[in-house]
Amino acid sequence: MASFGNAFSSSIGKKLIMGITGLFLISFLLVHCFINSLIFVNDGGLTFNMGAHFMGTNWIIRAMEIVLFAGLLVHIYQGFRLWAQNRAARPERYAVNNGAANSKWYSRSMGLLGTLLLIFLIVHISKFWVKSRFTGIPTQDVNGNHDLFAVMVETFQNPALVLLYVLAMVSLAYHLLHGFASAFQTLGWNHKKYTPIIKSVGVWFSILISIIFAAMPVAMYLGLIK
Amino acid sequence: MSTGNMNLTLKVWRQKNNKTKGALVDYKLSDISPDMSFLEMFDVLNEQLINKSEEPIVFDHDCREGICGSCSMFINGRPHGPKDLVTTCQLHMRSFKDGDTIVVEPWRAKAFPVIKDLTVDRTAFDRVIAAGGFISVNTGNAQDANALPIPKNQADAAFEAAACIGCGACVATCKNASAMLFVSAKISQLALLPQGQPERYRRVQSMVAQMDAEGFGNCTNTGACEAECPKGISLENIARMNRDFYAAKFVSEEDI
Repeated sequence: MASFGNAFSSSIGKKLIMGITGLFLISFLLVHCFINSLIFVNDGGLTFNMGAHFMGTNWIIRAMEIVLFAGLLVHIYQGFRLWAQNRAARPERYAVNNGAANSKWYSRSMGLLGTLLLIFLIVHISKFWVKSRFTGIPTQDVNGNHDLFAVMVETFQNPALVLLYVLAMVSLAYHLLHGFASAFQTLGWNHKKYTPIIKSVGVWFSILISIIFAAMPVAMYLGLIK
Repeated sequence: MSTGNMNLTLKVWRQKNNKTKGALVDYKLSDISPDMSFLEMFDVLNEQLINKSEEPIVFDHDCREGICGSCSMFINGRPHGPKDLVTTCQLHMRSFKDGDTIVVEPWRAKAFPVIKDLTVDRTAFDRVIAAGGFISVNTGNAQDANALPIPKNQADAAFEAAACIGCGACVATCKNASAMLFVSAKISQLALLPQGQPERYRRVQSMVAQMDAEGFGNCTNTGACEAECPKGISLENIARMNRDFYAAKFVSEEDI
């Protein structure tokens, strides 16, 4: 009987899983960034709360939430496994290694950047997602939606948290700067016509999405959004 | 030209065998000609060591014209030293300055165990090639050169992949000690040509399986291999290998 054999456990298969989950997480970032950007309407959070209400109640979104967490966990697990395997592939390190001569520092530091993002995610999820899904949002806005916006404004009065968020978004930018184009290469999408487009879209996407995300806590801390 | 005016300090990795631990040992060299190749500089050093009744430094070399893939020195943190698109044997001392300290280490990878000093065992590459198996071509008299029409760009891409000399610089420089550039070049040189088609999808599966079994790391697309490859093998080959691997695993009904 024909089977997929070592399709997923081979070196290429493991990278395929990283690439697919990575691209999936990128698609999530787009949705997340769009909904959160509704705070920039600056109407006391009414539009944003409406968006958050939709995301919290629509059953397709709720089902995708489970897929998202699964994808995230697979990406994290596989990332750590690859990191450990790749370290084991060179038991004795070089006394002198001039990596800067042949590659970007962030492409060699995906594990570190990813770990920083994981630490950030634990804080981030406990601050917002856990509250909005389980422990409850204390107040409602005039439309009767949970006032997640108020939780945001309150959270981002803490300068330490704002700093954590900004630093995490710097990590995200560098993680994506390598990860976006790298995912396509892993999927076998290397083409003289498309690869330059993918690379430049990747750079713009990484920088823009990180700036937009970082602007949210900063704007709230400075009182520009209230 | 040759004024013989370079004085250098070498820090060379000395290791008795695979069982013992190695260390960097300092050597002072004077009157080195800038027109010498890096390996000729090592010949001079070894002559001096032999005259002092010391053990000469063991290093791999054969053709010394950049095509055999034997030489394998990790020089100042880069495989084959500071120049692009050259092997260690084609590297000249004029690429360094008088008074420089040069650190020379062997390729470091679990799949490339040190045999002695700067020589490592690269037979893992041979086993990957062997796993690729045969191609189906008729024997007998040489065929007419143009019996099989091949588009020019396809032939060029195959030729560029076939330029790989199997030196292992890609593995040496990769932060993951991954062999994907080498393996993908060997796969591409056949996958791009009509002669390589009958066994194309068996070959990619067998060679990738052997690569993994040898203990090479996993590619993370840093591009260091492409930047350091003395033959300029392109990352496009890795993407092609990935595509062929997916086609073999997810489209083909044949198990390997």
